[in-house]
Amino acid sequence: MTTTAPPGPASATTRPRASTPRRLRAPAAFLLGAVLLLGAAPLALPDSRLNLLAKYLCYAIVAVGVSLAWGRGGLLVLGQGVFFGLGGYAMAMHLKLADAATAGERLPDFMLLYGSSDTLPWWWQPFADPAFALAMTVLLPMTVAGLLGFLVFRRRVKGAYFAILSQALAAALSIWLVGQQATTGGTNGLTGIQGFFGYDLADPVNQRMVYFVIAVALLLLMAAARQLFVSRYGELLVAVRDSEERVRFLGYDPANVKLVAYVVAAGMAGLAGALFVPAVGIISPALIGIVPSIGFVIGAAVGGRASLVGAVLGAVAVAWAQSTLSDAFPAAWTYLQGLLFVLVVGFLPGGLASLGALRRTRRRAPASVRAAAPTTSAVATASTKETA
Amino acid sequence: MTVVLNQSFTGVGIGAVLLLVALGLTLTFGQMGVINMAHGEFIMAGAYTAYVLQRSVDGTGLSLLLALPPAFLVAGTIGALLEWLLVRRLYARPLDTLLVTWGVSLMLQQLARDVFGAPNVQTRAPDLLTGNVSVAGVTLAANRLAILGLALLSVLALTLVLRLTPLGRRIRAVVQNRDLAEVSGIATERVDRTTFFIGSGLAGVAGVALTLVGPIGPTMGTNYIVDAFLVVVVGGIGQLKGSVITAFALGVLQSVLEYSTTVSVAKVAVLVAIVAFLQWRPQGLYTLRTRSLA
Amino acid sequence: MSGAALTVRNLRVTFDGFTAVDGVDLDIAPGDLRFLIGPNGAGKTTLVDAVTGLVRATGSVRFGDEELLGRPVHRIARLGIGRTFQTATVFEQLTVEQNLDIAAGAGRGAWTMLRRRRAVPERVERALETTGLADLRDRPAGVLAHGQKQWLEIGMLLVQDVRLLLLDEPVAGMSHEEREATGELLRRVGEDHTVVVIEHDMDFMRAFARSVTVLHAGKVLSEGSVAEVRADAEVQEVYLGRASVVAGEG
Repeated sequence: MTTTAPPGPASATTRPRASTPRRLRAPAAFLLGAVLLLGAAPLALPDSRLNLLAKYLCYAIVAVGVSLAWGRGGLLVLGQGVFFGLGGYAMAMHLKLADAATAGERLPDFMLLYGSSDTLPWWWQPFADPAFALAMTVLLPMTVAGLLGFLVFRRRVKGAYFAILSQALAAALSIWLVGQQATTGGTNGLTGIQGFFGYDLADPVNQRMVYFVIAVALLLLMAAARQLFVSRYGELLVAVRDSEERVRFLGYDPANVKLVAYVVAAGMAGLAGALFVPAVGIISPALIGIVPSIGFVIGAAVGGRASLVGAVLGAVAVAWAQSTLSDAFPAAWTYLQGLLFVLVVGFLPGGLASLGALRRTRRRAPASVRAAAPTTSAVATASTKETA
Repeated sequence: MTVVLNQSFTGVGIGAVLLLVALGLTLTFGQMGVINMAHGEFIMAGAYTAYVLQRSVDGTGLSLLLALPPAFLVAGTIGALLEWLLVRRLYARPLDTLLVTWGVSLMLQQLARDVFGAPNVQTRAPDLLTGNVSVAGVTLAANRLAILGLALLSVLALTLVLRLTPLGRRIRAVVQNRDLAEVSGIATERVDRTTFFIGSGLAGVAGVALTLVGPIGPTMGTNYIVDAFLVVVVGGIGQLKGSVITAFALGVLQSVLEYSTTVSVAKVAVLVAIVAFLQWRPQGLYTLRTRSLA
Repeated sequence: MSGAALTVRNLRVTFDGFTAVDGVDLDIAPGDLRFLIGPNGAGKTTLVDAVTGLVRATGSVRFGDEELLGRPVHRIARLGIGRTFQTATVFEQLTVEQNLDIAAGAGRGAWTMLRRRRAVPERVERALETTGLADLRDRPAGVLAHGQKQWLEIGMLLVQDVRLLLLDEPVAGMSHEEREATGELLRRVGEDHTVVVIEHDMDFMRAFARSVTVLHAGKVLSEGSVAEVRADAEVQEVYLGRASVVAGEG
């Protein structure tokens, strides 16, 4: 009796995984991105444009998470506005409190205006501490996502159900915020933020600093997401997306696999919201409801949901087109936006990024792949080798 | 006691509206599995149909009743067109359908803005429906009562169509086993389009009803669409009775919570209740049990 | 022989009033290569579904000392029970090697999961050899031929380090040569694993089974060696199409 299989000639050796130029491609792209974002853009763009770019980069950070959860994990996250908002409000609450302290007031300005009580609500109080507030910008969204994801994935609520629930969450949060005029600023949101940890946001130099913080955050998160994409976890996530049930029979709990992607994406959206506040100076329910939540997905879809760079560029491009075209041609832009979405998602599900990939694969593999594959002979020879 | 009764009736009123806007979805989402985000804009199309009719025909409230068939036709036709142009190409990709139809909904909203203008418009309700009706000390708003009647009538009609007509049998056959239906000689594509036509048409009917309780505007559909989907999710896919029960249950829950807290808190609480409910029944209130994997 | 015995006692599965598995007792010794046969609707797949936790059941299923009923699917899998499906389910977007690597990794820690796959684990390499898929390791599993997908599934069970393999119609739709090759693969896998195969193909069963259980209408009709089962009068009746006689008794 022989054992099941004798170690073959190639077994247990490390095979070269990719040729050197290909292995260097990612770091090279990363470096190029860094040069463009940190060097070229600040030099080439006037302050007002740079400020707009900072805003778009915040959307791009959300898109990084969307690309992970939706592109790789197949989780249609239609409620990213919730996490963007939680991060944004956590940051804005701290900055409002800091502004009030600077002005010598006990309460943020809008509370003096609308508030019925002259004491700070208890749930505002810890946000006076900068470390607490900063931690909350990420932890709060991750906790909410963790809770919802745990309940939903554990009971195998998936696909459309999950998408609708996350959308409902976005609607509920924005409605709730509108209803709490006295403590959240209601429809107006938290506005008129002046300082950012002691720096005056009206000063263009400090605006530049905010831009750099956002650009560095985007680059770091992209690097982290890329690591997740190429890791074993990334492969497992794709496996869960394609056949959740099969993964379960391999001894994994797919609920946990999905939960990680969802929570990480929520954390990224939260950080994006937090950085959005000093760059734009406002966070409001209109920025986090159903429509902006779908907007976060649009950019990633147009650029290419499964491609990290595609999703980021798509988010920036759509945000840029939105603010440029919607002012000049509001009606035409809405039609264009709708049409773009119908055409790209409907007929080019890989997004614009797949155009390049499509050309590459056509060039490389002209013949039928299946024809080249040996079939039974391989098993037959393997078996004779061992029974001999 | 009167407060409880009043509040319950308000809830039933909210439930009737929910039921009416979700009824079409029980066909397109529940039976066909299509997540059509433009469903809200079909509601809008029905509402504008009523508005146009009222302005051009006689200007009195009775025209709302006359508006029901054309609203059904207009919304249904847009729906069938959408199915033919886009949805049928995407049956294998339900989540992409959601995003594509959302793009369509953007365009339809803009179309409404270009044709009717951005500000909201109103229809005039028939005098009969403007007052209150008092029964045993409970005040009932006549317009809510009318919506309740219309909702129940629509459910009845839809049930009869699904149960008794050859079309209904074909629809159910295609839902239960598409391949088998196809080889049995049913033109599944035509059945799909007809189902979509009826589902969208029901949105048009809902649109006429909504003109009784609120203004007509380009974005009126978005206010209802998520709630309508939640009704079908909680009710259970492919089960009309689940949606009916859910719509009224959510309506009453919403109204009771609104009474004891505020509108916005009630909204959040209802969602929490839904997530909790799905812990107990992840497939919704009523499910079809099958042996198939996934 | 490593491995634990599978002991099924009074197993019952009901779908909305229809009893698919009706009080089955089954003992599978470590190292056995057992075939489960029976006409359509006999409850073969449902039995496997119940053992692997896909459907709820009453009664008792023990693997070694562990009770399986009531455990979630992935916990049962971690006890060393793996299965395939009638239609081969592999991760079509991933390569053959990635498929095997994922199957091998249920016990991996967070740190390993977050890093890139660099070396090919020895288990994966061995499974590639055993299943004859070594040359196709970098192909997406989606382009494999039908038979190759089935072998990949069996390979995934091997690297998953299962002790009991439950295979649901592994040779359905295969060509004659593919059947032979699959049979050989089963025989070799059976040398140090316990294997249960659901099969319709009688020739295939005769050639490779070590023992056979015949199910009919949710109950065990007969059990024994291939020769014993073939000689059983009841089994002959069922397979000759006079099933109603037997069903009436049970």
